[in-house]
Amino acid sequence: MGSTVWSMIEMTSEMEGLNVQNLSFIEWEHLDLSVAESEVVCLLGDSGSGKSLLLRAIADLIVNEGDVSLWGKGRESFSPPEWRKRVGYLAAEILWWEETVDLHFSKPLSREDLDKLNLPHDAGEWAPSRLSMGERQRLGILRMLDRSPEVLLLDEPTANLDENSSSVVEKMLLDYIGEQSAPTLWVTHSKDQASRQGHRILEMKNQSLTELDRAVLTK
Amino acid sequence: MNGAIELDFWDIGFAATIVVGLGILLAYYRLGVTRTLSIASVRLVVQLFAIGYVLKFLFAEGELSYVAIMAVIMLIVASREIMARQKRRLKGWRSFGLGASTLFVSSFAIALFGLLVVVKPDPWYLPQYAIPLLGMIMSNAMSAISLSMDRLTSALHDNRAIIEQRLALGETSREAILPYLRDCIRTGIMPVVNSMATAGIVSLPGMMTGQILAGALPTEAVKYQIIIWFFIAGGVGFGMAAALKLLEMRLFDERQRLRLDRLS
Repeated sequence: MGSTVWSMIEMTSEMEGLNVQNLSFIEWEHLDLSVAESEVVCLLGDSGSGKSLLLRAIADLIVNEGDVSLWGKGRESFSPPEWRKRVGYLAAEILWWEETVDLHFSKPLSREDLDKLNLPHDAGEWAPSRLSMGERQRLGILRMLDRSPEVLLLDEPTANLDENSSSVVEKMLLDYIGEQSAPTLWVTHSKDQASRQGHRILEMKNQSLTELDRAVLTK
Repeated sequence: MNGAIELDFWDIGFAATIVVGLGILLAYYRLGVTRTLSIASVRLVVQLFAIGYVLKFLFAEGELSYVAIMAVIMLIVASREIMARQKRRLKGWRSFGLGASTLFVSSFAIALFGLLVVVKPDPWYLPQYAIPLLGMIMSNAMSAISLSMDRLTSALHDNRAIIEQRLALGETSREAILPYLRDCIRTGIMPVVNSMATAGIVSLPGMMTGQILAGALPTEAVKYQIIIWFFIAGGVGFGMAAALKLLEMRLFDERQRLRLDRLS
């Protein structure tokens, strides 16, 4: 009997992909959130509302408490580096620290990916200081995907991009999410982007999360 | 061959005219350091005379307990100095504790080794040997520990966003701070390595000069200088390694999160 209940719990959480319960950090308390396999949950909210902090708390980069699990397996059962490799966090501003771009990657940049994002073929050999804001951002997305994350936590991935780059980046991310069935939490300022990409839309306000109705949003 | 030429107060007074002259020059150019220079000169005279009498007393008594008390006072003062030189300290007394423990382990261990295995005075704690030996090791270790701790905390503070992105890519905390750690160790150990490499060519080390002035044979004085440099290098290197390791453990938690909130 006990084991049946246990396996049922395991099954439900497995379906949920990324599951966050009772998450508290700084002044935010008891946040619950789940993102299913292949699901894109868009997160809206004013700046300072704690959207980025939420992503960083899930990635275990800031002090936080609560139950976070992936495919039913608790975060504590992974070593911190192992967890963060699985849970790809893309910061709003991508930083570079090595001498050249390709030193930040675990494998050589593929020509195909560079083409997809309209980046020059030799961008890997460049010094990061040579990159424009948009190039930093696009290469940052390749850098995150380079670690083959199972979950994506995206903090305004298209904020510094023009319309054209923005749509190729969106497409690349959506392709990845589809191929890897990656649960995705996507922070954006654009209601338009949220209603276009999000299977569900949440808003962070007054330190809590509420689900928004898509119909209300597009009106 | 016994003893140096004794100096009287007049000799010190003549030497002081040089500093007075310097003070006048600095005042003329309104550099604003004349006051600092005079305070430093007075402190130098008072502190050194005081320690002269303390050491004279210690040497006359020659008791282990007095040597131990002196060593503890040196340790406390040096640890306080390490703490004072930190731009960003660990909260509470942890910077002091960290400095004191690593200073203690490195310099006491090496001084003991020097006394028991190498120099072998009789008794082993003979203050004429124990106090200067410990003092030289400790003051060098103090500089290196405080410098490298300060550099590491500053580097982690200034590069916290980069460190977080490295962690986010699945690097371990050690991997994420390795370049800064290397830089700190290099900065801490280079002064000692440079001094060792140029000793005798560019400068005559102070201790050796002192022994020669006191009438020792230069060929004997260099032997002491050599072992002292080896001890100093050890004290500096091991003390710094321990301090940086403890600091790293404190600035990252068990989930390898950067905890700059632990700095005040």
